[in-house]
Amino acid sequence: MAVLETTDLTIRFGGLTAVSKFNISLEEGELVGLIGPNGAGKTTAFNMLTGVYQPSEGAITFCDAALCSAVKALQPFQITRRGIARTFQNIRLFKELSVLDNVKIAYHQNVKYGLLSAFLHTARYQAEEVEIEEKALELLKIFALDTKKAEKAKNLPYGEQRRLEVARALATNPKLLLLDEPAAGMNPQETQQLMDLINFIRKQFSLTILLIEHDMALVMGVCERIYVLDYGKVIAHGTPAEIRRNPKVIEAYLGEESASA
Amino acid sequence: MNKRFSAILQFMLFLAMGYAVQMAMDAGMINRYYSHVMTVMAIFVVGAVSLNLINGICGQFSLGHAGFMAVGAYTSAIITKNPDLILPAMFTGNVRFVLATLLGGMMAAFVGFLVGLPSLRLRGDYLAIVTLGFGEIIRILLLNWDFVGGASGYFGLVRHTNFFAAFLLSLITITIIRNFIDSSHGRACISIREDEIAAETMGVPTTRYKVIAFVIASFFAGTAGSMMAHLTQMVTPASFTFILSIELLLMVVLGGLGSITGSIGAAIFLTYAAEALRAFRAYRMILYSLLLIFIMLFRPKGLLGTQELSYGLLKESFKLRARWQRKKKDGITASAE
Repeated sequence: MAVLETTDLTIRFGGLTAVSKFNISLEEGELVGLIGPNGAGKTTAFNMLTGVYQPSEGAITFCDAALCSAVKALQPFQITRRGIARTFQNIRLFKELSVLDNVKIAYHQNVKYGLLSAFLHTARYQAEEVEIEEKALELLKIFALDTKKAEKAKNLPYGEQRRLEVARALATNPKLLLLDEPAAGMNPQETQQLMDLINFIRKQFSLTILLIEHDMALVMGVCERIYVLDYGKVIAHGTPAEIRRNPKVIEAYLGEESASA
Repeated sequence: MNKRFSAILQFMLFLAMGYAVQMAMDAGMINRYYSHVMTVMAIFVVGAVSLNLINGICGQFSLGHAGFMAVGAYTSAIITKNPDLILPAMFTGNVRFVLATLLGGMMAAFVGFLVGLPSLRLRGDYLAIVTLGFGEIIRILLLNWDFVGGASGYFGLVRHTNFFAAFLLSLITITIIRNFIDSSHGRACISIREDEIAAETMGVPTTRYKVIAFVIASFFAGTAGSMMAHLTQMVTPASFTFILSIELLLMVVLGGLGSITGSIGAAIFLTYAAEALRAFRAYRMILYSLLLIFIMLFRPKGLLGTQELSYGLLKESFKLRARWQRKKKDGITASAE
């Protein structure tokens, strides 16, 4: 069963077509990479999938339900509630809040107590807050961040901020996780740890993962299939081995001459 | 459970303190002028703390708080002055006043909802302009409404407000808003302040929570307006100008955007300062502007930033100070050697 399927997704900003006829299909449990040169439209595609941008044309289907079609488009928070979570290319943590609060906010969608309980701190409030705290701590432990729960997010080292962002995304209990350049700015050793982490959470939380990445070692290492985007169009897709040999991809990355050489 | 019990105990303790002060006032131990100023302080605490919910906690910039206070003040004044209008005549005296205050708050909340729903999709400066415009619209409407006296105002209200009533209201406001912030709903509001796009992606319906914060704040602004009306025994459009919104904003910024205790402290301090500088009343706006400029230059986070003043924080700062002094002493002895 396809978890995510897009048909002819297109977005135009004024006269510029940033992404055109983007077709992608993810099977359950897959780990798929989305690569392409700078400005190819990878993050724009992510933004359409998560509802930040409304596509000009095309449709998105998630678990056999329409997220976005010609007639309706869901808001980002509704899409998150359906089970798509993401991280950002330029980290977007709640900087002034503690590590624990960052994760707690992601649990907000499951909160059942109403405003009145919040005003009066009723027994129901107490019970649910304890539950949220326990869940958040459990998750932080998996990411080895539980010792830093009281730290402000902005004071964490870079690698840990990246990890916290993944943890926060997982707290929304997604079926599909979109990672936007998770290894950006990491050294080879940290990248290796990240690869292990991605493989681990994928099994632990039975996730489907789509990731954008420039680090080819990571992409070729963990992804089962790869889509290549250039100038807003999918120019190739296949297994890492196929992509590596694809002349179109080599052309997009290195230019025409070296492809013919 | 224990935590809840101590919260209730704390509330009762403060309540008893407020009542004791009121008794001292009734007995003439505190003169009428000071009683009045203290009551005004309590009312401004309500105004500042509620505005902080919008500007500090939720990160939206509203300049229309005076408008909501006006709505609450006029609504409650109409109810208490006309014995059979809106509320049945069976409610009289203080009961009628309490109900009128609640209805004033609800009316302000309703207006807040109407204003907030379309305008909270705007960001930053745009929202400030819209709310500023709203405040002026309310004032001009009241100025031209003959039923409530037009420009000369609505006179002859009974003086229902005493210190204890205003103090109780501020206590309720602080408790409810503090509890709200310390809940998942409150965290949702804070996440909007921190990063709206990330909040939305984490499943927080941002527009809804902005409206919720706006409505709660408007409600308390409305009740504060009602208290003020029944303290001064009259309401005029001139008491709810743009300047009042600026005064409240100054309290929030001075105390620290996002700090409830900061707002309380700043509201008390600025009300006191306004009284102490009564002789220079004409220069008030100049002073306010200068104060705002100085805060922005030297302490843009406000006195407390987003922190709350608590026993823990005090203890911590004393510890730091002691350590610093010890270090200094060590430094002196070291240099002497």
